Amino acid sequence: MNKKGWKEIPIGGLIDEAGSAKKYNTGSWRTFKPVVDESKCINCLQCWIYCPDSSVVVKGQKMVGFDYDHCKGCGICASICPVKCIKMEK
Amino acid sequence: MIEIRWHGRGGQGAKTASQFIAEAALGAGKYIQAFPEYGPERAGAPIRCFTRIADKPITVHSPVTNPYAVVVIDPTLLDSIDVIEGLIEDGVLLVNSAKAPKVIREKLKLKKGKVATVDATKISLETLGIPMPNTPMLGALLRVKDVVSMDILISQVKNKFLKKIGAEKTDANIDGIKRAYQETEIG
Amino acid sequence: MAKITPLTGDQAVAEAMRQIDPDVVAAYPITPQTEIVMTFSQFVADGKVKTEFIPVESEHSAMSACVGSAAAGARTMTATSANGLALMWEIVYIAASMRLPIVMPVVNRALSGPINIHCDHSDSMGARDSGWIQMYAENGQEAYEDTILAIRIAERKDILLPVMVCQDGFITSHSVEGVELLEDKLVKDFIREYKPCMPTLLDTDKPVTYGPLDLQDFYFEHKRQQSEAMKNAMATIPKVMDEFNRTFGKSCNIIEEYKMDGAEVGIIVMSSTAGTAKVVVDELREQGLKVGLIRPRLFRPFPAQKIIDAISGLKAVAVLDRAESFSNCGGPLFNDIRAVMYNSEKKPLMLNYIFGLGGRDIFPKDIADVYKKLFKIVSANRAEESINYIGVRE
Repeated sequence: MNKKGWKEIPIGGLIDEAGSAKKYNTGSWRTFKPVVDESKCINCLQCWIYCPDSSVVVKGQKMVGFDYDHCKGCGICASICPVKCIKMEK
Repeated sequence: MIEIRWHGRGGQGAKTASQFIAEAALGAGKYIQAFPEYGPERAGAPIRCFTRIADKPITVHSPVTNPYAVVVIDPTLLDSIDVIEGLIEDGVLLVNSAKAPKVIREKLKLKKGKVATVDATKISLETLGIPMPNTPMLGALLRVKDVVSMDILISQVKNKFLKKIGAEKTDANIDGIKRAYQETEIG
Repeated sequence: MAKITPLTGDQAVAEAMRQIDPDVVAAYPITPQTEIVMTFSQFVADGKVKTEFIPVESEHSAMSACVGSAAAGARTMTATSANGLALMWEIVYIAASMRLPIVMPVVNRALSGPINIHCDHSDSMGARDSGWIQMYAENGQEAYEDTILAIRIAERKDILLPVMVCQDGFITSHSVEGVELLEDKLVKDFIREYKPCMPTLLDTDKPVTYGPLDLQDFYFEHKRQQSEAMKNAMATIPKVMDEFNRTFGKSCNIIEEYKMDGAEVGIIVMSSTAGTAKVVVDELREQGLKVGLIRPRLFRPFPAQKIIDAISGLKAVAVLDRAESFSNCGGPLFNDIRAVMYNSEKKPLMLNYIFGLGGRDIFPKDIADVYKKLFKIVSANRAEESINYIGVRE
C-alpha cells in the first residue's frame, strides 16, 4: 500500500474523522475463529462485555454471532463463556 | 541622564521611592528606569534600588555604578555599607539623619561632591505619625537636584495616594515632602 | 492615543494579555514570572477580561490544560520561568507537535542548580529544539509588543505553532520603564477574532482525535510538517511584523542592526544586554571606532540569511551567550551563528563569550572590553581562544 506523504496528511497527528479504526480489518490477523452453539447460549452477554475488539454482534438483546472483519481470534469469549458454548475452530 | 542609587532596609520604602520619583519624571515627559537589586528579600535586610531619568530613551540595562545622587533612607547603613561607592565627583550624598552634613562628611571621609541631611524619620513621625521616611526623602531629593518640579511631585502624590489612603493622609505626606525640602541642610 | 505608562516588563506583558483577552489562561506562579500571573488574575477578578483562568497545581498541569484548551479551539495562554518550564517539558513538546497555537511569555531565569532565581537563558535555550517559536525582547516595551505579535504569528494557518515570548528575568521583568500601551480596540482589531484553523475537540458535528499513537509509519511525516511550518514562519513573521509596524508606527524586525553601517567589528547578543551594548556602541562610534551591534529578536526559527547578510562583511564578530551548552563548543547562539556562516563565502573571525549566568551583572565596560578584543584579533588576523567568559572569577 502506498502511504501518503507529509503534504497529504492532516497536521499534528490529527485524525479528522470519527470511528476510522473500523476501516482496519483486524480479522485478517485471526488463526482460530470463535463459533457459537446458539442452542446452548444463555445470552448472558459476558462475551460481548469482554471482547476487546467489539466483535460480538448483539441484536435485540441477543448474541447473534461475530464480526469476523474485526475479530482477531483471541479466544477471550470462549474462555469467559459460563456455559462453554463458544468453540475456537480452524 | 541622572542616575540615583537608593540605600534602605527591606520595608522602609526605598523601592517605592525609587519608582515614585521615576514615575513623576515620566509624567513630566522624561524617559525613566527604576529597578531594585533583588536578593533574598527580608524586612530589615539592606537593599539597593536604582533610578535613571533622562531626556533620551534609556537602553542601558545594567545597575548604576556611578550615581549622581545616593539617597540613604536608613542612617544605620552608613556603618555597614560603602554608600559612597562610585559617587561621581560633583555628586550628592543625601542622608536621612539629624546630624549636620559636616559630621557625615567627616565620618565617611568624603572629600568630593555635596552632602545633604534631613531628619526624615522625625518629619514622618510628626506629619504622618509613623516612621516612613521615604516620602519626605523625595522632598529632600528635590532640594539637592530638581529632577522634577515640586508641583509635579505633589500631583504625583495625589494621583497615587488619594484613592488609596484618603485626603488626610495624602496631605500629611505632602506636608512631609514640603517640610523635608525646607529643612534639608547642604554642606 | 497610545499612552506611556510606567510598568515593569511583567506588568507590560499582563497588559498585553488583558488586551488579547484570551479564552483560557492556565498558569502557575514562579519567580520572576509571578507578577504576570498575579496582575492578570487581578484583571480576571475585576472582570476586565472574560478569560477562564485555571489556577493549576503545577506547570505540568498548566501546559496540559493549555493543550486541552487549545485543542478545544480556545485562544490559550500561559506564562512561566526556569524550573516551571522544566516541569512542563514533555507537554511543551506535545503542544508544538499537536500544532496548538499557545502563546507563553517566558521570563528568563537560570535553571537550577544550584538554585538561583536570577536571569540567564538556560531555561528557554533548553527548549530551543522543542518546536516552539522563540522571540527575545530587549525591554518591557518589546515584551508587550511581542506578546501581541505572537498571537497573530501562532494562529496563522501556514504556521500553527506555539510561541514563547522571552524577556530577561528581573532585569526587564521587574524594572519600571515607560511603556507605550496601544489602544485596546486597535490591538483587538490587529489580533482579530480567533477562528481556529484546525477542527476542534468539542465539535460534536465533526468529531476528531487529537494526540493518537503515531509510530514509524507516520511520525516522521508529522515532524517534517513541523519543519515546514518553521520555514513558513521564517517567511511570514516579517510580514506580520510589517503589518504591525504599519498599523502602529513601529519598527519591529526579526533582527535589529544597530549602527552597522561601515562597521568593521560587531557584537551579537539578545535581550536586555543588547540595550546596554548600544550605549557602548554610541561611545565607541563617537571615538571614531567602526563598531556595530546585531540583536536577533527572533531565535526560533533562526534568522540565518539575515545573520549572514549582516555579518559576512565584518572583520570580526563576538557572539554573547547568556547560556552555556556544555558542549565545549560554545553557547547556543554562537553555535547557530557559526553553523550558518559555514555557507557564507566571507567569514569574519568569531569569538564566543558566555556571560551573565545566574544574574551576574554585565556592565558597559565589559562590553567595551569585548570590542577592544575584537580589534586586537583583527590586527593579529587570528581568533585565539574562541570560547571566553565575561565576569566569572578565576
